[in-house]
This record gives sequence, structure tokens and C-alpha cells, in this order.
Amino acid sequence: MRKFKKFLLLPIIFFLAFTLAACGNKKQNTYQKVKQDNTIVWGVRADTRLFGLMSIKTGRVEGFEIDLANAITKQMLGENGHAKLTKITANTRIPLLKNNNVDVLMATMTITPDRQKQVLFSKPYFKAGQGILVPDNSKIKTVQQLNNKTVLAVKGTTAVANVHKYAPKAKVLEYGDYGQAFSALKAGQGVAMTTDSGLLAGIASENPGYKLAGSNFTNEPYGIAVNKGQTQMVKHINKALDELKKNGTYNRLIRKWFKGVKGFNIKEVEE
Amino acid sequence: MWQILTGYWSEFITGFGNTILCSLIAMFFSLILGVFFALLEVAPPKIGRAIAHIYIEIFCNIPLLVITMIFYLIIPQFWVKVSGFTAGTIGLALYTSAFIAETVRSGINSVGDGQMEGALSNGMTYVQAMRYVILPQAIRIVIPPLGNQMITLIKNSSVLAFVAGFDLMYQGDIVAFSSFQTIETYVIVGVFYLVLTLPLSYYMRHLEKRLA
Amino acid sequence: METFIHAYSWIDIRFLLQGLWVTIYVSVISIILSFILGLICGLVRYMKIKYLSAAVGFVVDIIRNLPLLLIIFFTYFGLPKLGLIANPTIASIVALVVFEGAMLSEIVRSGINSVPTGQMEGARSNGMTYGQAMIHVVLPQAIRNMVPAILSQFVSLIKDTSLATIIVLPELLYHAQIIYSQNTSYLIPMYLIIAVMYFIVCFCLSKYANHLQKKYL
Repeated sequence: MRKFKKFLLLPIIFFLAFTLAACGNKKQNTYQKVKQDNTIVWGVRADTRLFGLMSIKTGRVEGFEIDLANAITKQMLGENGHAKLTKITANTRIPLLKNNNVDVLMATMTITPDRQKQVLFSKPYFKAGQGILVPDNSKIKTVQQLNNKTVLAVKGTTAVANVHKYAPKAKVLEYGDYGQAFSALKAGQGVAMTTDSGLLAGIASENPGYKLAGSNFTNEPYGIAVNKGQTQMVKHINKALDELKKNGTYNRLIRKWFKGVKGFNIKEVEE
Repeated sequence: MWQILTGYWSEFITGFGNTILCSLIAMFFSLILGVFFALLEVAPPKIGRAIAHIYIEIFCNIPLLVITMIFYLIIPQFWVKVSGFTAGTIGLALYTSAFIAETVRSGINSVGDGQMEGALSNGMTYVQAMRYVILPQAIRIVIPPLGNQMITLIKNSSVLAFVAGFDLMYQGDIVAFSSFQTIETYVIVGVFYLVLTLPLSYYMRHLEKRLA
Repeated sequence: METFIHAYSWIDIRFLLQGLWVTIYVSVISIILSFILGLICGLVRYMKIKYLSAAVGFVVDIIRNLPLLLIIFFTYFGLPKLGLIANPTIASIVALVVFEGAMLSEIVRSGINSVPTGQMEGARSNGMTYGQAMIHVVLPQAIRNMVPAILSQFVSLIKDTSLATIIVLPELLYHAQIIYSQNTSYLIPMYLIIAVMYFIVCFCLSKYANHLQKKYL
């Protein structure tokens, strides 16, 4: 009887946890908050070459998105505006935004209709496309050839869904971040790794023996994400983006990070 | 919220099944290895003791995650390719076997010295003494801690999430991040784990009372 | 062989040591807080206070039977819903404290149980109140019995901090992953050296625990 009573309490815990989860977040106006604190908390990557990568020497994150985040912060809040950078991974980024752990996300996030149900996106700030990374001796040239093979991707990215779309018979293994996915590729756990080609180009440039196969098979425009309903915030971000493109800062940052990157067509991206 | 459970039912069941499978396989091998190394540690030959000591110390003092990653990423480069599930199960089995070896060893040691002396002086060989006198008594002492090791093993199987092992935790991650309902999903994952561990835990407590 | 030497450059080693420092201080804070929590919960369970002990017992049972990885995710994504900030450090500490606290409460409870009831009776018949008897007579003996188990939980906790790498806690394993994800030929050297680092820390601690056990028990 005692054991039974204890099992009965299990669904009660279940129920309590659900109601707690459904409690929801306090509604807040992100724009007011950042104006008040004079700080924008950015969710950024720390594992992605060229966009947001942790430097072993300095212990700080560096990349195109980092520079752009700083530039947008200064544009929105003035010279004294402070950009606080929080490291995230692809699969934790949206939950962190919805929980207000971060104010905005700039983390190589593609604008998709599915995501637009959860978050609000700014105008695109980078035109990317999905590609495939394979060992040099691989015969794979198109995404369709991945059918019936094992492909490696990162949890929470559009890459997974796209592979299922273009190569429905492919087996996809998902990892926590790009470093782990590439390590798995090196260990032979799959025949190819797939994500946005800019990211893959960065990996290929540091790792002789691996190359990009074929060309982009999707369009993946990156957007800055804010929590759903924060229209004031996204309006100001768009305004800041427009100004940065107008005064040449945007192109300068693009050239700083992407000029000369193998396999990357910089003309496609400049505005 | 129930929609997640029904909508992703096949993912959850796959994960649940793989967790059970991984746990059973790892339990089996870790018991065999654990008892082997425990015997190696108490048996007279000094070489055996040294080997056993080294094995146990290594696997007790390195995090399970590190051991699993080594099997997943490094071993395939030199030897044979292993899937995430296999690497995780191997890592889990080796890691747990070291703890089982320690538990069994202290169980054997807690059987009084007099038992071994008595057995030997009755003309039994060391092996016979072990088999008929010491081990049966040791088993009774050792069952509750071993039960706890088993429960810990089931919980540790969650390390498969890091190496694409398709276990409960890995599938939970996928569901959580494609449905964007993280807390609800993890509550469901938690309930699945509790279904495995709680009954075992209560059974162990019941056994402890009976054996004490 | 050359890659090994390159991998172990001072920059990389220093980066790893920064990770090791995070591992250590998260572990130390967690062990102190979880010991306090475990002590309180263990006492409550032992004293069999009417509804509280059962409730605490139930919660402890649930937590003890869940994987730590799951609890880490719960705190990381759940704390903000309760209005608290949850950077990876705080989330990891809370998760570890909750989990290890539940584990320790069982150790505490069995530790107190292992003190002969004669002690409590003797203390009370000497005029002490229950509280005084507990604090001055029973608990000190219980804690002496518990020290090996507590120290082995500590070692376990240090190893478990490696799980927090999934929520971007900048501890040892995470820093190693960063290094080898930027230089994939460093994979083996990195895993080798962090295995050694974890081993040294945990081995020393467990040897110290054995030493204490031999000296005081």
C-alpha cells in the first residue's frame, strides 16, 4: 500500500511540473530594458570560425557577428552602450531567448517560417546557404548523394531539416556544436558534415584534407532574433542595421572577416 | 503538453528502448569485468593486484564523459569504427566495472579472515575456498551496493546524448529543440527515467531490509 | 609527435588551466552548499517529522533517481522561468547542489543511523535536550562515520562537472573541446591531458580520503 501511494504521487509531480512550466515568463519590453541598463545582452556563438569563435589566447569571443553586435549596440545606445556577450549553442539559443536569459540572438540563425512562430527576426544581415563538407577523397558532389549514408549535423540547426528534405533516406547524427560534429567526421562516424557553407569554408580552410562538395543547396539568410512581440526592439535593430550598411561599416566588417576565404564568394554578400 | 508526448511518441520510445538496451548490456559486462578485477585484486599474485589497482584507479578517477569521448572519437582512428551507442555502452561498462570491482573487493574483505583460514585449514585450495565459502557470503553483503551501482548505471547512460547514441536523453534533446517546449519535454524524459530507476530503487531498499 | 608538442604550448595549457580552475571552484562551492543541504535533509528524514519528512523523502527519492544531465537542463532552462538569472555557472552549481544534496542526505541519514541508539539515550538521561544531544553527541560521531562516503561524493562531483560542458560552462572539458575544435589534430593530446588532469585531482583526493580513514577510524 505504501509503495502504491508513492507511485500515485508521481503523476502529481508530473502535473505540478507542467503547471510550473506553463507559468510562463514575465512580459517585458526588451527595448525599454536595454535603454535602462544601457546594455544589450547578445547570445552569440563561440565555436564558429569567422562568425563567433573563442580565442584561446585571449579567452574572448571574436568574429563577424561579435563585431556587428558591438557596432549595432553603439549605434542603438550611443558610444557608452555596452554589449554583453553570452555564449550559446545552436540548440540552446531559442529557449534562452524565450526565457530572457539573453535580449537578442545573433548566432548564425537562419530565418525560417517555423522559427518565426517562436521569435521575431530582424532584416537579414548575412546571406548564407547550406553546403556539405567531405573528406578530399570523397566522391560525393550533391546533397542527393547523401541518401542511405550517414550525415553529421548540429542539433537545433536548419541543416537537419534540410537534409531530411533533400535526402530523405539519409541517416542524420546530431551533435552539440560544430567542433564535435567535425571531430565526428574526422573519426569517420559519417561521410559528410552539413551546415551553412560559410561555416564549412572556415573549417575547410583550417583543415587540409577536407573540402566543400558542390555548391549551396539552400538559401539561408541569417537574422537577428528577439523574443516574440518585441516589435520596438526589432524596429530599432533594423534601423541600426540600415545605418551601418549606409555608412560602410557593414561592408568593412564583411571584408575584414571574409575576404580571401576559400570557396566563399564575397560579392554575393556585400551590400 | 500531452501533445508532445503523443506527437513525438516514436522518438521517446526509441530513446527509452535504447536506454534500456544500453543499460542491460553495460550491466552485464560491467558485472563480469568488475568481479574479475575484484578477484584479481584479492588473489595472492602481486602482478594481478598491480594490474587490477591500475585499472580501477584509472576508471574511477576519470569522468565518464571523457572516457566515452575517447572511445567515440579516438579509438575509431586507430582500430575499428564504433557507433555512438557502442562507444557509450563500452565506456559505461568499463567505468562501472571499476566501481563494481571496488564494491566486490570490500565485500570479500569484510567476510572475516577466519573464514578463509578455516577453509584452507580444512584442506580446500584457495580457489575452492573462494568458490564455496567466501564468495557466497560476500554476495549477500554486496547486493545492496551493487543494486545502487545499477541504478547509477542507468542514470549514467544519459552520457549517450553526447555521442549521438539515440538514447532517452539524446532523443529528448531533439524533441525539446524542435518543439521549443524544453521544460515540458524534459519532464517527460524525467518520468521515463523514473519508470526505470524508481522501482529498482524501492526494490533495493526492500532487499536491504530483508538482508540486514 | 610534433603535434603533441605543439598542442601543449603554453597558450593552450594556460587555457586548460583556466578551465580547471572553473571546475575546481564550481566543485568546491557545490560541495559546501550541497553538504549543508544534505545535512538538513538527512536530519529531517532521520527525525521523522510528521509530513515534512515524507515530503522531503519523496523529493529526495525523485532527484536521486534522475540523471544529473537532466537536472542540469532543468535548472538551466527552468530557473529563468522562476524569475532567477541562470548563467551557466549558477545553473551548474544549483544543479550539482540539488543532486549531490539529495545523495548526501541519504549518506547523512545512514550515518546518523549508524550511531548506536545508546548514545542518544545516554546523552538525554544526562539531562541534555534532544537538540543538544544531537549536536554534541550524535552528529559528531555520525560525521566521522560519513567522511569516506562524503569525500567519495566530492570526487564524484568533480567528475560530474564535466557534464556541464553542454550548457557552455567554461570548465576543463569545454576548454579542451574549444582547443581541439579549432585544431583537430590536437584531439588526442587534449583528451590525454585532461584525462591526466582529472585523474590527478581525483586520485589525490581519494588517496587523502583513504589516509583520513586510516587515521581516524
